[in-house]
Amino acid sequence: MKQILEILESNARLGVEQISTMTNMPATEVEKTIRQAEKSRTILRYKTVINWSKLGEERVQALVEVKVTPQRDVGFDAIAERIYRFPQVHSAYLVSGTYDLAILVVGRTMQEIAAFVAEKLAPLETVQGTVTHFLLKRYKEDGEIFEGGEEIKRLPVTP
Amino acid sequence: MSATHSSHIKAAARLISQRVNNISPSGIRKFFDLLSSIEGVISLGVGEPDFVTPWRIREAAIYSLEKGYTMYTSNYGLPELRRELAKYLESHYGLDYDPDTQLLITAGVSEAFDLALRAIVNQGDEVIMPDPCYVAYLPCTLLAGGVPILVPTSEANNFEIKASDIESRITERTKAILIGYPANPTGAVMPGEELNRISEIARRYNLLVISDEIYGRLVYSIEHTCFASLPNAKEHTILLGGFSKAYAMTGWRVGYAAAEPEIIEAMLKVHQYTMLCAPIMGQIAAIEALKAGEADVIRMVKEYDRRRRVIVKGLNDIGLACFEPKGAFYAFPSIKATGITSEEFAEKLLMEEKVAVVPGSVFGRCGEGYVRCCYATSLADIEEALRRMGRFVERHR
Repeated sequence: MKQILEILESNARLGVEQISTMTNMPATEVEKTIRQAEKSRTILRYKTVINWSKLGEERVQALVEVKVTPQRDVGFDAIAERIYRFPQVHSAYLVSGTYDLAILVVGRTMQEIAAFVAEKLAPLETVQGTVTHFLLKRYKEDGEIFEGGEEIKRLPVTP
Repeated sequence: MSATHSSHIKAAARLISQRVNNISPSGIRKFFDLLSSIEGVISLGVGEPDFVTPWRIREAAIYSLEKGYTMYTSNYGLPELRRELAKYLESHYGLDYDPDTQLLITAGVSEAFDLALRAIVNQGDEVIMPDPCYVAYLPCTLLAGGVPILVPTSEANNFEIKASDIESRITERTKAILIGYPANPTGAVMPGEELNRISEIARRYNLLVISDEIYGRLVYSIEHTCFASLPNAKEHTILLGGFSKAYAMTGWRVGYAAAEPEIIEAMLKVHQYTMLCAPIMGQIAAIEALKAGEADVIRMVKEYDRRRRVIVKGLNDIGLACFEPKGAFYAFPSIKATGITSEEFAEKLLMEEKVAVVPGSVFGRCGEGYVRCCYATSLADIEEALRRMGRFVERHR
């Protein structure tokens, strides 16, 4: 199982046949394992890492620190859910340190994100304060280096 | 070309030593010249990882440059590197080498086996080695004044060398047995029992075994047996290893030899007058590799193993019968189904389908009928190369 997931994590486009060869497991078993993993939500989704700036598309992202008041019985979970349900929220984490929730907000323009923070996020009852950091440049994401990644420089024939 | 110029060249050619004239240039190089002129080639002709040296290792070398470590080192190599290496050999193979007298850091394993041969071979001494084998074994033996004695190996025996075949070639001039497993070009790995038989023969006839284990970390679903770790083998073994393949550090040129103090001392004599020391930057990088590179080795081995399965199955599927290579990163399929020589095969494949492989014949007579395909290449390229080779085989069958 772990082997198959590792392979899919690095390249989700590989087919059952290929994975079967790579792992030396029967194709039927590979297929079964993948289906199970999808069903149990061990595999959540297959996605593609895209460098949108190559298309000249502007996408604005901001890391927002959110300080909240935890609530009786549910702690941070209820307020976290209130927040991460917004489609603008790309990722949401509970963190240790000087604030509580770290969220990544995606929008088309800075105004769009500013409006989301000012109108939706900050006014929430248990939110005590927010600090918004707009991302200026993406160097690396999900293990992928965006610019100037390493190309292979070896000679075509060596002993 | 002017007359004076060409006569000058002829005069220069006459000045080349007989010893060098007697060895032929590597067949791989000839191929390289041809290849450089063609665009869009997928090369399975390489002999090195497609990974770049892990960042932490590179970063350690960068730091050392910032700190000004740019000097010669001890002829033996940096003491810290030898200490780390001794620990590594102890933890991986249970070997006990004294870092002060039994280890020598060299400029790659290539230098190490040249030193080993020059240190032990007298003019006319015989060195037994497998055929096919790594391209440098034979010429380096000749350059050292030795006589290479080739032991044929075949696919029928998974390209393993048989102890009995070695024994039957021993004469009073035999000095050493030179083996390199996991093997370049075949990917063969020797079973421990057979290595043990070779070790017993070496002891019985008082021979040295030069064991080139540069691919020792690259084995799949089996354990690598380090020759020196066999019972009573250490004192007649010159163990050679390096960092190039396991840590993806080919260009750094760091390797090592481990042997009895007298042998290391003799090798050091040649080393100190020719190389002086291995490059310090590479040595510092190697320290980091030994201290913290294990996870990277495991990651890369895992990746090679997956590609290995894809290429072996793929070659068999397109009609190039390929035995299962258990080590290194080469597949060595038979091309006999096409009825052409391995050199023709490689040349035509390059011209017609733009895939580069290395003809087996450059590794020895027993390599004829095979080609070496390196699978240290991206999965996408391996699959595309297989498609092209499939078309090629279809046409030439």
